[in-house]
Amino acid sequence: MEKQWDKMTPEEKQETLFARWISPKDPEGNDLKFPSPEAQKLYKERVTRIKNAIQLKKKPDRVPVLLIPSFAPAFYSGLTPHDVMYNYEKIAPAWKKFFVDFQPDGHGHAFVPTPGKFLDILGFKLYRWPDHGVAKDTTYQCIEGEYMMADEYDAFIRNPLYFFYFTWPSRVFSALEPLATLPPLAGVTEIYTASIPFMPYGMPPVKAALQAMMEAGDEALKWMGACMAFAGEITMAGFPAYLAGATKAPFDVIGDTLRGTRGVMMDIYRQPDKLIAAMEALTPMEIQLGVDAAKQIGCPLVFIPLHKGADGFLSDEQYKKFYWPYLKKVILGLVDEGVVPFIWAEGGYNSRLDIIRDLPKGKTAWLFDQTDMVGAKKALDGIACVGGNMPMDLLTVGTTQQAIDHTKRLIDVCGKGGGYIMANGAFFDKVKWENLKTIVDTVKEYGVYK
Amino acid sequence: MAKDLVKTLADLKEQEAIRIVEERLKAKEDPLKILEDARKGMEIVGKRFANSEYFIPDLVYSGEILKSVTELVKPKLARTAQSKKLGKVVFGTVAGDIHDIGKNIVVFMLDVSGFEVHDLGVDVPVQKFVDKIKETGAPVVGLSGFLALAFDSMKQTVEAIQAAGLRNNVKIMIGGGQMSDEIKNYTGADAYGRDAMAGVSLAKKWIGAS
Repeated sequence: MEKQWDKMTPEEKQETLFARWISPKDPEGNDLKFPSPEAQKLYKERVTRIKNAIQLKKKPDRVPVLLIPSFAPAFYSGLTPHDVMYNYEKIAPAWKKFFVDFQPDGHGHAFVPTPGKFLDILGFKLYRWPDHGVAKDTTYQCIEGEYMMADEYDAFIRNPLYFFYFTWPSRVFSALEPLATLPPLAGVTEIYTASIPFMPYGMPPVKAALQAMMEAGDEALKWMGACMAFAGEITMAGFPAYLAGATKAPFDVIGDTLRGTRGVMMDIYRQPDKLIAAMEALTPMEIQLGVDAAKQIGCPLVFIPLHKGADGFLSDEQYKKFYWPYLKKVILGLVDEGVVPFIWAEGGYNSRLDIIRDLPKGKTAWLFDQTDMVGAKKALDGIACVGGNMPMDLLTVGTTQQAIDHTKRLIDVCGKGGGYIMANGAFFDKVKWENLKTIVDTVKEYGVYK
Repeated sequence: MAKDLVKTLADLKEQEAIRIVEERLKAKEDPLKILEDARKGMEIVGKRFANSEYFIPDLVYSGEILKSVTELVKPKLARTAQSKKLGKVVFGTVAGDIHDIGKNIVVFMLDVSGFEVHDLGVDVPVQKFVDKIKETGAPVVGLSGFLALAFDSMKQTVEAIQAAGLRNNVKIMIGGGQMSDEIKNYTGADAYGRDAMAGVSLAKKWIGAS
């Protein structure tokens, strides 16, 4: 019997989430019955391996190895991104084949192929996707813009939830433009005003928007069924999911898809106080996203992709003032609830290594892209698990021997004493498949701790 | 006496820079002189960026200040300033890739460094690069790409330039996201530039202006 959640220390919460992860449940809430003792053994070994790498208390039996793909499983099965975004039944076989063939230590779910019909129904404007602005064999790509205007900070800070429920969707989904006319329901607290905020719901454009939302919901459910089918099958095959959900650094939430890169960088100069107040308003929401996902799924790892704090994007001073304090608050808020932030630092992070050391021990994992791993290991040794850095050029055009050499070098440099996860540094689509296999096999042979 | 516009712009003092420009225009100063000072200010911004004193937000902001200054000065210009350009550069994000933040920064830095930049935008078909090189006779080509899929698009673009018989007339640089020297070799380009100022240095070197 678990102790009451609120009475637990952060350490106990983390252990509880790891315990739930290592003993997965079936949809009815009973202990999952694996099809074979071997599959169950593999599953538990893999969770234990990742757990030990993260907690820094014990050396794992060997270096864990993860593959974190974008549309690679589709390409590996001869499918295009368009195929899997529009034919959900093709997702599970392709994703399963990928992980079963390459045998890494976990899977990252099959959420990459966002349902195409869902995007069609709502008229998503934030991205171009296959056959909708980019070719069928190309991944979706974001269109940066100002989806929140420079003069809207006050409204956002006052009521971020209203902004995310109504304002923002009305701008990024063409079918949801009428949502911008909907008032908050705060006036419904007295009977004589109760009906007034509901009036717009009787107007035909709003009705059409709500209809579109319901149809989009149907599509999302269908798609989630396909993703869960994959998750079920791959778990039964002995692969744990290395993430429960995702959250973001407050600066990236604003810089990626609210104000855009140009917008947020202008705000650093023109309205720094408002930018900071908006990030403060966002911080508890980002924590909640991660905590809810981890508790609901029963896995402590929550993904945090980092974008606009990379080397070159901000000066040290700007990073320390605008980026790190709020990312740190999100990290610590997650850690307090037993969640392990699984941080994906895109680009280079060399100039940030000394700053991010300021974290509690054994509570986070940092996966790097182009960061120098000698420096990363040195900075975070004894503080956090490091990983990543398998370079995209090597995966795409490198030789098998280069893949072996780089893998061994990473294990030599970062593997020492544990606290290391081998993984790719950036999401990948088409690569040399033999290089992926070589990396996984080399880790299994060369990465064993004696 | 108005304060130094070169320094004010280089130090990213937006309000002060605009005030100086307004004062100098009121004093009927030659607008071309004002633009020349602004250009000098931007040159310092570029140098500070190259020296890691300035970062992307500072570049973006300097661009905004420059835009405001230019807008103030433009109506007073009797003729369009035809300052002598260092040379022509054809630039674009390669086919299949629609990312433009990195490309725009390099194009901006090339522009303020005195190059005549022909920016073809994003998702640029191979033939469009070839046509523009033919049309302009530009000796420098910049291929930008964020995604790994750009590796192949870049390779195809370089091959098309070769097939059109233009390869010996141009130097080609690549940059962005996951690019590297390995990828430079794979695509057949001449150089990989890590950041915007590396791109400017390459262009200057190739044009013989450094």
